[in-house]
Amino acid sequence: MNIRSQIAMVFHLDKCIGCHTCSVACKNIWTDRKGAEYMWWNNVETKPGTGYPTKWEDQDIYQGGWKKDGDSVSLKGAGKLKGLKNIFHNPNMPVLDDYYEPWAYRYQDLFDAPEGDDQPIGRAVSLITGEPIEIQSGPNWDDDLSGTPDYARQDVNFKHLSQAEQEAMFQLEKMTFHYLPRICNHCLNPACVASCPSGALYKRGEDGVVLINQERCRAWRMCVTACPYKKSYYNWNTGKSEKCVLCYPRLESGQPPACMHSCVGRIRYLGVMLYDADRIQAVASCDESEIVDRHMDIYLNPNDPTVIKAARENGIADSTIKAAQNSPVYKFVKEWKIALPLHPEFRTLPNLFYVPPLLPAMASVSTDGTYDTVSEHLLAGVEKLRVPIRYLSSLFTAGNDDKVIDVFKKLHAVRVSRRDTTVKDVTDKQLNTVMNEASIDVDTANAIFRLTSLATFEERFVIPAAHREEAIEMLENTGDYKGSTGFGFKEKPARGL
Amino acid sequence: MLDYLLFGALPYVALAIFLIGSIYRYTKKGFQVSSLSSQFLEGRKLFFGSQFFHWGIVMLFFGHLIGFLIPNAVVAWNGSPVRLLVLEFTAFGFAISSLIGLLLLIKRRATTKRIQMVSNYMDYVVYLVLFVQIASGILMAYYGRWGSNWFASVMTPYLCSVFAFNPNVDLIAQLSTSNTMALLMVKTHIASAFLIIGIIPFTRFVHFLVAPFDYIWRKYQLVIWNWNHKEIRTSRNYFPGKSRDFKNN
Ligand code: HEM
Ligand code: SF4
Ligand code: SF4
Repeated sequence: MNIRSQIAMVFHLDKCIGCHTCSVACKNIWTDRKGAEYMWWNNVETKPGTGYPTKWEDQDIYQGGWKKDGDSVSLKGAGKLKGLKNIFHNPNMPVLDDYYEPWAYRYQDLFDAPEGDDQPIGRAVSLITGEPIEIQSGPNWDDDLSGTPDYARQDVNFKHLSQAEQEAMFQLEKMTFHYLPRICNHCLNPACVASCPSGALYKRGEDGVVLINQERCRAWRMCVTACPYKKSYYNWNTGKSEKCVLCYPRLESGQPPACMHSCVGRIRYLGVMLYDADRIQAVASCDESEIVDRHMDIYLNPNDPTVIKAARENGIADSTIKAAQNSPVYKFVKEWKIALPLHPEFRTLPNLFYVPPLLPAMASVSTDGTYDTVSEHLLAGVEKLRVPIRYLSSLFTAGNDDKVIDVFKKLHAVRVSRRDTTVKDVTDKQLNTVMNEASIDVDTANAIFRLTSLATFEERFVIPAAHREEAIEMLENTGDYKGSTGFGFKEKPARGL
Repeated sequence: MLDYLLFGALPYVALAIFLIGSIYRYTKKGFQVSSLSSQFLEGRKLFFGSQFFHWGIVMLFFGHLIGFLIPNAVVAWNGSPVRLLVLEFTAFGFAISSLIGLLLLIKRRATTKRIQMVSNYMDYVVYLVLFVQIASGILMAYYGRWGSNWFASVMTPYLCSVFAFNPNVDLIAQLSTSNTMALLMVKTHIASAFLIIGIIPFTRFVHFLVAPFDYIWRKYQLVIWNWNHKEIRTSRNYFPGKSRDFKNN
């Protein structure tokens, strides 16, 4: 057992309102620079939709992530042989037009325009060439456009849906969409790290944050191809790749990343997970049908004395172990099992989990045109969902419908149990049936409800102290610097030539 | 006189600048060591330009290296005319490939607006010296056959004499051939090679110094501990009397 600690996250999709506050918070801090204008380390997509960069999920185009290769895995579009062979020109790399050409408006023209009959306008100019452009696309160009032929219908996940299922999704009364906020997953088996020929990318041992050393990046741009989530971006101005840093300076000082801190829907949770690094290869290369289960198994119970002992032996601080015990992520992912990884079939073992959106799923329209939210229909179960399970299983479970249904049964049970508590129109029999189906009890339902809806800032973000007072020890042995400040000598005593 | 400047002095100036400049840039300006890829802004035209150019130039580089390291083997190989022709035509092919690639790259940079936004004069200086280098090489091969033999008997001893700090300029200066064009091209080719070496630290040429061959034997995953809690070491200051460098005080 080789225990490491990892900062992991949960995003609760039913709570996301698609406001993009997270994206803007991140942009203002990190990517408001020349060469980074087009980058959105945090972006929010509408699903179904094509996403950013366009069709990023389609690995037939981008060749990202890992594929199973015997009892190991190999990179799809990068790696030692493929990477070095394609180093002079990387055939699967997304280019600017796959994202969008960043632009600004010439606002000054509005003020400087001479008096005339026409309304002055501020034209859109490219932030790259400075020339006027016709805007073709933007970072959230498919926002809320569910149902449109250009966006929703091009969704890569429809590959797994029958024609009938697809059509059903686009009928007006059935139409549905949800948001999908995405950041780097700080994966356990990061494809970006493995693909970097110069070893500029690395995973931090202490918290698992994946970073790019800007001094060592040489613009071989393999990580851009290798990351199946397209969360490593190439800065065309500096000739260096950049990615989400999980606001590590904030984490180190005990604050959550800016996207999470600012999240309006309070959908985001962040905490420590302990995992067994010896198992990474076996889990990453297991059969696609078991990958979700095996991935969940790699995280260990932080209350188990043997785990605690092994963690201590591996040098994990007590404060980190304590944070792992209070981790909201552990509750969602391991205890309640209602959060799932995005596209686990990419085999990078992402550390960002999503509570899939139940949506206004169970409601039915009654004869008088009102929505009937509690009825036999509501209790009929998750098969009546508006959005086909198939679609969500393609997103979150590598096609395993049962896993999504299990989660939905629990989320549904929480709703019914809350309805029983607040409205009190659910019969005991109904309640019991639902709770049994979901195999949770009322206490668990209440705990899920609490952490979902009422959780405080401190409950949503449990970040172990980085021990600022010992911060220097993260880089140096303090003993080496003892006596190095204050008065000192600038030169050695002269003892002759 | 010019010969002495170009083949006696220039090599040392170039090598000195190359060594000091590259080490300085690598250690002190790591952020500025990059291949400065522009594929993100334009990918399609780059494909042909970069592939033709790089495969050609990289192969030629290794060809020259082999000629320098094992000249006798090359001469032995060339003992049979068929093998000589195979070698010469292969090398010529790579040269043509890199020339075509270079011209495509120049055209791409000159005609693509987005690429112009990330270009400066140094990109064109690089194109110019590379053009001179490749074109002179091609013409030399054409007029003064057979370069692969000739390299072994003249260039290898000359380069050895340079590295031995005892440059035998006469080897180059007294090169005699019936074809003046060939002679001119040979001298241009050698001088501009040293010029390229000299400007490496100031241009994007630094990128091939950091060509990532170590990737081949590296482990795929890379985990770095800022502070290894498992191996807490004692301070280097621990023993009294053995003090650190004063400069750190
Ligand atoms: C194995 C060694 C080498 C590697 C891995 C390498 C890699 C690269 C890469 C990745 C680029 C950027 C291409 C892009 O825009 O995406 C590049 C550009 C370039 N390389 Fe190399 N290179 C190597 C050797 C050389 C050599 C030996 C030369 C010349 C002496 C050279 C000259 C150039 C030039 C001039 C460019 C600029 C191309 C342009 O943008 O027009 N490279 N190289
Ligand atoms: S999401 Fe992509 S960039 Fe982030 S760690 Fe995973 S592979 Fe790397
Ligand atoms: S800030 Fe929160 S609610 Fe708003 S889009 Fe981002 S994740 Fe969703």
